[in-house]
Amino acid sequence: MTIAQIIFLVVAGATLGSAFMVVTSRNLIHAALWLVATLFGVAVQYALLNAGFLAVVQVVVYIGAIAILFIFAVMLTRKEIRDQGPQLNSSWWLSATLSVVTFGGLVGMLWGWKDMAHTVPDIPPGFDSISALGDALVSPDAFVLPFEVASILLLAALVGAVYVAFNRK
Amino acid sequence: MNFWTDPLKMAADWLTGLLTGWGMPEGVAVGLAAFLGIFVLIAILMVIDIFLVWLERKVVARFQDRIGPNRLGPFGLIQPFADIVKLLIKEDITPANADKVVYNLAPILSMMSVLILWAIVPLAPQILGIDLNVAALYIIATGAIGTLSIIMAGWSSNNKFALLGAFRQVAVMVSFEIPMVASLLIPTVLAGSMGMNKIIEAQNIWFVVLSPLGALIFMIAAIAELGRSPFDMGEAESELISGYNVEYSGMKFGMFYAGELLHAFTFGGFWGILFFGGYSFFGLEDVSPFLAIPILLTKAVIGYWIIMWVKYTMMRIRIDHMLAFNWKFLTPLSFVLLMVTALVHVLFKDTSPWLYGLSMLGSNLILGWVVIEFLRRFSRAEREKLEGHAKPAMEAAGH
Amino acid sequence: MHNEWLYVAFFFVVGLIIPVGAIGVALILGPKKPNPVKQETYECGLETVGDSWVQFKAQYYIFALVFLIFDVETVFLFPWAVKLGQLGLFAVVEGIIFITILVVGLVYTWRKGMLEWA
Repeated sequence: MTIAQIIFLVVAGATLGSAFMVVTSRNLIHAALWLVATLFGVAVQYALLNAGFLAVVQVVVYIGAIAILFIFAVMLTRKEIRDQGPQLNSSWWLSATLSVVTFGGLVGMLWGWKDMAHTVPDIPPGFDSISALGDALVSPDAFVLPFEVASILLLAALVGAVYVAFNRK
Repeated sequence: MNFWTDPLKMAADWLTGLLTGWGMPEGVAVGLAAFLGIFVLIAILMVIDIFLVWLERKVVARFQDRIGPNRLGPFGLIQPFADIVKLLIKEDITPANADKVVYNLAPILSMMSVLILWAIVPLAPQILGIDLNVAALYIIATGAIGTLSIIMAGWSSNNKFALLGAFRQVAVMVSFEIPMVASLLIPTVLAGSMGMNKIIEAQNIWFVVLSPLGALIFMIAAIAELGRSPFDMGEAESELISGYNVEYSGMKFGMFYAGELLHAFTFGGFWGILFFGGYSFFGLEDVSPFLAIPILLTKAVIGYWIIMWVKYTMMRIRIDHMLAFNWKFLTPLSFVLLMVTALVHVLFKDTSPWLYGLSMLGSNLILGWVVIEFLRRFSRAEREKLEGHAKPAMEAAGH
Repeated sequence: MHNEWLYVAFFFVVGLIIPVGAIGVALILGPKKPNPVKQETYECGLETVGDSWVQFKAQYYIFALVFLIFDVETVFLFPWAVKLGQLGLFAVVEGIIFITILVVGLVYTWRKGMLEWA
């Protein structure tokens, strides 16, 4: 096993562990903080894949904005931070079966995939991934339209959020 | 290669040679040498941090017409070490109702979020730190960890003042992150890269000349990000005692405090890197890193001094004014500036440097003038509205 | 493994070790004499009333929400800014359209009174 594989396994284990804590923690703020740990684990995985841009964006957007938003939401809406009720309801076995089947299906699919054993070639020295990403996003013969549509999507999200909040007021 | 022109590489080679000589594999030796180098860098930063305490106390004393620490050692230079000893032997009080784990984690994360910023600081042409190609976003990412530490501290203390302080601080921090990112985009546009070293190398003309408004917006946003006066809403000592860190004592409080000072110094440094050419100063940086590093540190101290100057001169702004200032003024302005900068950059970058520089500077000055004129009109209208109401009352009082 | 993020990870590790070490040393050296009064919640000497984990203004949430949208937007702008110099006027127009659409959103939020602290 190479060092990269060991790091991957440790980080993946920690990510899954914190994801498990998110759903089992009774304290909602603790759950939100475990979620931060999970998201950070994903960022580390991106960094391991040499996807630096995605790694920092994961931290900036998910930890810097979405996790903060979650914590605010929990603190602003919940009178009780601590969840008292039972953690499982009567149909827990159904969701457990579903998730096991989904997981099994995914593993099976990946197992049969011929590129599974294929390793990605190393990035050539001097290759600037940001520059390539910029090319893909904005050069005329690439993804210009999706780039602009993203802006419209964000506008729609903003208008929607404002509308919902405005009606509450 | 000699020690004078490339000390870091020499030290690293010597160390890896020594370690491989002891029978260590090459890769591990390089990794260990890098780790030790990073450890030394951060240890030096902590020593600088100790002196920053002295500097801050000395400067605030001068602003308030006092002398400041002057008893221990020459100019009171030993005072900060006495402070450290005091912090170390103080009792650590944890409130009984606090959420222990989160409570203890918050000061550590707070300090860490500042220390990891130095990963991307290019200290000299030969000592680049880690030349990430996403460095500008990395600054924002570390800020996210700092924001998180503040909300963790405020919540886990189980104190109303602390929670309120954390909420205010986080609201201000996330709001001012938008103009901060927009002003980080300006050097990125001008240099065509997010990497700190590329940004420095692109500054044949300092970016502060090309985009004075961008430098100003970055400074304002940085001060807000640091939670320093006039944006010190989070700790507003007259209202919230000390804000999010009210329940902390001893070294844990020390971590917040030292973290804040080092953060201010670091942002002074980034101001220098992004807009004032970083380690470069009329070619002196090519002579030796022993000249380049002091140049960068001098620029950082100047930036830090400006942050202190603002802090001890301005009064605290109310939170609604602060957020209105950000969302209704700074954010639109920074986006407009970004669009203008992009347009002028593309139109004039292939012309002569003089024309390019003048058109950049000119567009900034015109935009600044328009904004000031707009603000003047707006505040005149507001004043007339107020005085229109106040006039009858004044006349009544007069007669 | 040629991965510069390994060195960033070193910074994270050292950045953790130093504060943990400082706090640890302080814990060893400092006196430990806890008593119930000392460990009370500090409110300038008054006894606290009720739980501290109280609810706050919804306005904080609105600002965080607006922030989130603009945060995602600016992230999209970084690759654009890097390539701007090489792609020329076309990219500039593209970026201006992108930013303008979102500034429209900001104006909408403003007109709806969501940016007021009330």
